[in-house]
Amino acid sequence: MEAFEYAAPNSVKEAVGLLSSNWGEADVLAGGTDLLSLLKEGVHTPKRVVSLKNVSGLKGVSASRIGATATIAELLGNSSVPAAVRQAAEGITSPQMRAMGTVGGELLQRPRCWYFRNGYGLLGKDAKGKSLAPNGENQYHAILGNKGPAYFVSASSLAPALIALEATVTVTGPDGEDEMPLEKLFQTPSSDSQRENTLQPNQVLTGINLPGGGARSATYEVRQRQLMDWPLASASVALKMSGDTVESARVVLGHVAPTPWRSSDAERALAGKAVSEDTAMAAAKAALSAATPLSRNKHKVQLARVAVKRAILQAAG
Amino acid sequence: MVGPKETQQPNGFSRRSFIQGVSVGSGAAGALLATPEAKAAGGDVVGPGAVSMTLRINGRNHSLEAEPRVTLLDALRDRLDMTGAKKVCDRATCGACTVMVDGQAVYACTMLAIEAEGREIRTIESLSANDPVPRNFVKHDAQQCGFCTPGFVMACQSFLENNPNPSQADVEAGLSGNICRCGTYVGVRLAALDAAKEVKGGRRRGY
Ligand SMILES: Cc1cc2nc3c(=O)[nH]c(=O)nc-3n(C[C@H](O)[C@H](O)[C@H](O)COP(=O)(O)OP(=O)(O)OC[C@H]3O[C@@H](n4cnc5c(N)ncnc54)[C@H](O)[C@@H]3O)c2cc1C
Ligand code: FES
Ligand code: FES
Repeated sequence: MEAFEYAAPNSVKEAVGLLSSNWGEADVLAGGTDLLSLLKEGVHTPKRVVSLKNVSGLKGVSASRIGATATIAELLGNSSVPAAVRQAAEGITSPQMRAMGTVGGELLQRPRCWYFRNGYGLLGKDAKGKSLAPNGENQYHAILGNKGPAYFVSASSLAPALIALEATVTVTGPDGEDEMPLEKLFQTPSSDSQRENTLQPNQVLTGINLPGGGARSATYEVRQRQLMDWPLASASVALKMSGDTVESARVVLGHVAPTPWRSSDAERALAGKAVSEDTAMAAAKAALSAATPLSRNKHKVQLARVAVKRAILQAAG
Repeated sequence: MVGPKETQQPNGFSRRSFIQGVSVGSGAAGALLATPEAKAAGGDVVGPGAVSMTLRINGRNHSLEAEPRVTLLDALRDRLDMTGAKKVCDRATCGACTVMVDGQAVYACTMLAIEAEGREIRTIESLSANDPVPRNFVKHDAQQCGFCTPGFVMACQSFLENNPNPSQADVEAGLSGNICRCGTYVGVRLAALDAAKEVKGGRRRGY
């Protein structure tokens, strides 16, 4: 790990002032469970680390707002948190990880792609600029949104659930506070200069707002190992019901694309229908109809289908 | 396992002092990032050279000089000669380095020492062989090579203080942040369930 300066300001404004307008110069530190690994691997080599530990306004969990530095344990400790979010958080099993990891850090954790983590850049290219994933070890890589140059998958389990529930996020930068749909926090980078999120280097994520609205929701994850690992595929579903009929649905897949992947095809397949095995399966097939698996990850298509189908059935109860 | 101990052995020679000798930092360099407005705003920037800090460990204050990049685990092991917590993965994926901070189990390898300032740190050095968790680990033969054991013991101590009457399923979930290369899980679960009968209220013993 390279040496860095450290500051633990008391307010978001001070934190923003301590950050830099260029990526690579300063990093925000929340729970550190991802950042410290990035620092140790030399993937991030900031000159300064700005800790949020003393910024009290970013904590706390209520039915309508989750502070960016609320921990996973605090999220799980609040019974008003919607089912899809709770079930996604429960997938992070380790008590140590739940005590340390924050919700903001979970949303902004960097991809787990081993090419990225081993120094080949977010787009995983060799010295000649050739992408490594398409013909490489791509068993955990993207099956959707992978036309290139990005092949990694978004690592966040909470983002699909929060997007299904129409969450917005607040971010603060030098120009003040901004609010946007959580979906807009994520992007598929098209060049080396972009990240997988749209945050500016001197912006701090301050919190997540949940609109409420009484959707029935669920998250279903398919995992290779039950602990100490990320899901192979996940799906979060929120259903607005009128009687037995789905009035509108939001279906968001996780760990299958460079961003949380919203499937309007699956949403349309559910609208106006009663939920049954058949309609759930039809929606699941629709969600994966555009999948373009790589050489070693065809299995993820079926796993993602299963996740969508089971999340729909679970949400409908 | 021994009770809280001095950072130096009676002979004045610390097991880790040779490492301290070679790990002296690069010293106070000039500020790396120029943001004059930041200072004015109040957030004090320290480092990248060594910084004086005080860590409260097992009920006692320990002062040390360490660069901001030093983890709590490295501070404990290499600077303070508390080598109970082990370094295995150094990446929050095994639990060997588990200590308690403010009553919760955390991975010391993944927390900066400077982040732990002002918090109550508790390490395995605070437990004696007669305390319920270590005693029941011995009783149920819950270790083989023993390298994961201090982390498991602290994860178990934290779990039981926060969950007084656990079921077996609770124990499995509560210790799911630790892995054992030698496969001692059955013994660890039995030790946790037996220790649970005795640990109640352990948090109020003065740490
Ligand atoms: C073994 C293991 C298994 C895991 N399994 C899962 C899983 O199944 N599902 C899952 O979703 N996650 C999983 N995780 C990841 C874990 O959830 C994240 O590491 C954790 O939530 C990150 O939170 P943090 O507060 O520690 O973030 P940090 O490490 O402090 O930060 C992560 C990143 O976000 C930035 N950041 C953090 N907060 C802010 C903010 N408020 N504003 C701006 N930038 C910010 C940091 O600069 C850094 O780049 C796993 C991790 C490990 C080690
Ligand atoms: S050494 Fe800290 S979790 Fe493995
Ligand atoms: S006893 Fe050997 S790793 Fe657990």
